[in-house]
Amino acid sequence: MGMGMGTGMGMGLGTTGTGTGTVDEDEEREAVFYRLENIGYRVGQGLVERFARDRPRFSDTLDVIKFVCKDLWGLVFRKQVDNLKTNHRGVYVLTDNNFRPLSRMSVETGGRSGGVQQAAVFLWVPCGIVRGALAAMGIQATVQAETTELPGAVFQIKTLPAK
Amino acid sequence: MAANKASRLGEETRIDKVNAELVVLTYGTIVSQLCKDFDSDYVEVNKQLDKMGYNIGLRLIEDYLAKSNTVRRCSNFKETAEMIAKVGFKIFLNITPTIANWTNDGKQFSLIFDENPFADFVELPDDGRAQDELWYSNILCGVLRGALEMVQMQVEAHFISDVLRGNDTTEMRITLIRYIDDELPPEDD
Repeated sequence: MGMGMGTGMGMGLGTTGTGTGTVDEDEEREAVFYRLENIGYRVGQGLVERFARDRPRFSDTLDVIKFVCKDLWGLVFRKQVDNLKTNHRGVYVLTDNNFRPLSRMSVETGGRSGGVQQAAVFLWVPCGIVRGALAAMGIQATVQAETTELPGAVFQIKTLPAK
Repeated sequence: MAANKASRLGEETRIDKVNAELVVLTYGTIVSQLCKDFDSDYVEVNKQLDKMGYNIGLRLIEDYLAKSNTVRRCSNFKETAEMIAKVGFKIFLNITPTIANWTNDGKQFSLIFDENPFADFVELPDDGRAQDELWYSNILCGVLRGALEMVQMQVEAHFISDVLRGNDTTEMRITLIRYIDDELPPEDD
């Protein structure tokens, strides 16, 4: 089954969370991050439960990461990750040069660098999705994402050693 | 016939698809987060869902107009209902709810959802209250209210039954309150 996706809407990036805020604003940003990341986590977990169920067991962590880059990315963002790098010691860097949730955003030309920071909010759910997906496949990790130039996004996965 | 035209429009519209499970899981997680945030105050959760939907609807109407290639306004509320069910729901959720139970004055009708993608794999909390108080898909009421307000119609929408609660059908009741007159900005003489 397919569903329509609202792609024609302008993304009105608000003026909230420009980072230079007061303690209260930082706290609020933190709370929003926590919520959105958790929502993503649950979604990532559920997606893997449904879509990795019938495939052969993963041979190693890299195999799992590749599943994230190809299958999960395709499922959620309808394209694959453009580049995957690893230091072979538990750190994986995923680069998506045209990250779907950011693909229709625009920033004031020559304006403050605030746009990129505001766009960061849109990376929190995806971060959670990746972390949740990894967890469902038995890998504990921290996931951070940043964007330096729209519409690209870089995800850094640090796996935690198994206990 | 307006009805046939609406079905055709809904079918013809080609739009980007997004994975259904992704939508279902995301919506479900949002509802469950709201239940947590409001400490299982389901009346409040219904309200919040409606409000979220309203804000979506205010913007979604643009997307609807862009995608549906509708060339003219609906001549009456019956036609509006056809367009909602056969074009709007078809585009955005790939379903076509049935229109039923019109009142004689033509201002109130029901949408009956034979399928509701939001409700896939869903069970309401088993706390003895959610079954009576939570309208799981309430976001849809808000979407309709917001979208129609942007095209000069003030409506009221609410669910009256839901299969998730154990009812036989999922039915939403929509009432036209009034057509909103274009308000001209005050003239500066």
